[in-house]
Amino acid sequence: MHFDSFSDFIAMGGHAFYVWWAYGITFTLLFTLTVVSVRRKKSLLKEIAKRAQHEDKLKQMRKDKKTNESKT
Amino acid sequence: MSAPQSLSYRQLFWQVMHRDLKVAVHNKGDILNPLIFLVIVITLFPLGVGPETNLLTRIAPGIIWVAALLSALLSLERLFKNDYSDGSLEQMLLSPQPLFIMVLAKISAHWLLTGLPIILIAPLLALMLHMEPLAYPALMITLALGTPVLSLIGAIGVALTVGLKKGGVLLSLLILPLYIPVLIFATAAIEAAALNMPYSGHIAIISALLVLALTLSPFAVSAALRVSTN
Amino acid sequence: MWKWLHPYAKPERSYQLASTLLPWFAISSIVLLVIGAVWGLAFAPAELYQKEYYRIIYIHVPSATLSMSVYMAMATAVLISMVWQLKLADAAAAAMAPIGATLTATALITGAIWGAPSWGTSWVWDARLTSYLILLFLYLGVIALHNAFEDKALASRAAGILTLVGVVNIPIIKYSVEWWNTLHQTATISKLSAPSMSSEMLWPLLTNILAFALMIGALTLIRFKNEVLARNAMRPWVRELAAKVGDK
Repeated sequence: MHFDSFSDFIAMGGHAFYVWWAYGITFTLLFTLTVVSVRRKKSLLKEIAKRAQHEDKLKQMRKDKKTNESKT
Repeated sequence: MSAPQSLSYRQLFWQVMHRDLKVAVHNKGDILNPLIFLVIVITLFPLGVGPETNLLTRIAPGIIWVAALLSALLSLERLFKNDYSDGSLEQMLLSPQPLFIMVLAKISAHWLLTGLPIILIAPLLALMLHMEPLAYPALMITLALGTPVLSLIGAIGVALTVGLKKGGVLLSLLILPLYIPVLIFATAAIEAAALNMPYSGHIAIISALLVLALTLSPFAVSAALRVSTN
Repeated sequence: MWKWLHPYAKPERSYQLASTLLPWFAISSIVLLVIGAVWGLAFAPAELYQKEYYRIIYIHVPSATLSMSVYMAMATAVLISMVWQLKLADAAAAAMAPIGATLTATALITGAIWGAPSWGTSWVWDARLTSYLILLFLYLGVIALHNAFEDKALASRAAGILTLVGVVNIPIIKYSVEWWNTLHQTATISKLSAPSMSSEMLWPLLTNILAFALMIGALTLIRFKNEVLARNAMRPWVRELAAKVGDK
């Protein structure tokens, strides 16, 4: 261990501001990218499901129409 | 044209270029607006940074080149726009003639209409900005070699965005980064000339950029046009 | 020889492969990131000339070196898609652009923060910095072009052309900026390029580079899967996956 105590470690020899800013921004950016990428999958699948349901509905309606027409 | 196949490459080149020039002569605004824009941008700088002669002498090459870059960007947008909207671009892509030649002809026409006027007006602008007299030849040479590169690289960006509704801002994002080498070498050459130092090395590099752009850009433009008209 | 590769040209197979690979990449990158960060921040010795702020190197160097590699990987994917008409390579290229942009931004920001105490200024128009700024613009252009087209396949072809043009330009930009810098005689930064690093400092750095590379791999896999789903939305296997999510 390079530092004598935990508070020394946080202080970074008086340069805490720079070191922690740099690490903070880097990991925030990368974390945000990860979260956005992971969430995108769910929203994508939901969109696709919605579109599929919509198409199924259309198909059903067409079928109903046909059967109705054949009845009359 | 009864037998289009019999056109030689040279004839094809001249025909396409002639057509573009004729269209441009009809709407004179297309030629004049970028030029007026250039002059206005140049006028804004002394107003912004102050009229001190020394300062203007020092920054003149940079101002002229940045203004030339922006005006090229402004004029590029309509390089393929009309052809795209009236369908003649699709005709061009479908025709049996080599697309490379036609694209090159269109870019040449664009340069004649926008690059050449910049070169002709440049000495006047340099005078207004009190540019070092020694640097005038360098300014002319860099503009003569550099503005074709601007047209050639810019054409790639235009070809990629011609089918999009909001292509304007996107175009600047796509091509301005690619313009940076030309800007750097051109202004460096002019600055070297102003200090009475040799600048043939810079000129050689700009020439190399021109050759590279001349050979590669029409291919990229052709590929991009095929994407855009899809 | 290439026969074993063929099944993976099918979107479904490569989606499954990406799913099986993802946990390995994700776990190993997280573990290595924690090790590298703690090692670099707390255990590596102090640098001779610079004070503790030199520890920014452990994130700055990995993101800077890898942001360029991601561009080359993206260009390779584009080339593969153009030469062999492999649509999946397009998905990979589209997946990588935002990752590269984030890394380039990270490299620039950490560099600026590092520059403040060591050079006394956050930004100098130095060759390296300027060319990375231009690299960021290239990435942003590619991303913007991807988003500009409604049709994903079309967007990929357009962005692919721009990516390849950018590859031609990256060395030109690099050298032009270097020349420009020497001509203007800006501050020389020799302090940074220490002749040789001690192994105590080098090991955490290498750990972090590997960790970042694995993290890029994991992110690429996540985004690649998304791209595959988006591009194959009409296929039955995607519909099945979507139906499972929709039921919940």
